[in-house]
Amino acid sequence: MMSCKRATEQMSQKLDAPLSLLEKMSLGAHLMMCGKCSRCQKQLEQLHRVCQKRSETST
Amino acid sequence: MNAAVINIEEHFERVRPRLFAFARLQLEDEALAEDKVQDTLLAAYESIERFNGQSKFETWLFAILKNKLIDEIRRRTREFTTDFDADQVAEIDEMFDERSHWVSGQQPQKWVQPESSYLHEQFWQVFDVCVFHLPKGTARVFTMRELLGIDTEEVCDSLGLSQQNVWTMLHRARLKIRGCLERGWYGREEIEL
Repeated sequence: MMSCKRATEQMSQKLDAPLSLLEKMSLGAHLMMCGKCSRCQKQLEQLHRVCQKRSETST
Repeated sequence: MNAAVINIEEHFERVRPRLFAFARLQLEDEALAEDKVQDTLLAAYESIERFNGQSKFETWLFAILKNKLIDEIRRRTREFTTDFDADQVAEIDEMFDERSHWVSGQQPQKWVQPESSYLHEQFWQVFDVCVFHLPKGTARVFTMRELLGIDTEEVCDSLGLSQQNVWTMLHRARLKIRGCLERGWYGREEIEL
């Protein structure tokens, strides 16, 4: 089982580049088991979206 | 002098509703807006000799009011942004235990109404404080990637960093900013969003 720290590395990387199939599967398995990391993933995605909104509105 | 004073009062009463409407719109607080309009009247009395008659009396009053509003808004943002300490946000190594699981107390908490946060100017003030507290290099990579929307390859090229290096920095930046926003913004239940 992947560690939480590793899972957060992968969910961060996912915002920058597509994960390999194997990476996706192991991250997905971890997230199904771990509520803390699922919440973290949602918040990192949220942060990413909010940043995009800021660059859209400031240009 | 008396004639001038009467004149100001007359003018002021005419402009007052517009001043008040403007102040209320800016401050979203009726009583405070009323205070600021009163302050403006006082300031106008005290500095009437500086009104040179070249601008319209109304424009001059609005200029005084605007300065009062700016001071008020600055005071509010100072109060708001300084009552959380971005230095208190945990480092990555403090977020995870020796088995690389979340340390209790560091795991992500529920965020209040997160989607609309970008609409609030104060959110971005907290956000900027959070980015400012990152190590310089990490802040630069994060800003290029997230705020300028530059893809990681280009970030690597322009800063001469490896892909892995940039991913590591982004991971650290995101987790720290997540924790910092939670402390400074999302965890604050008293904020109405």
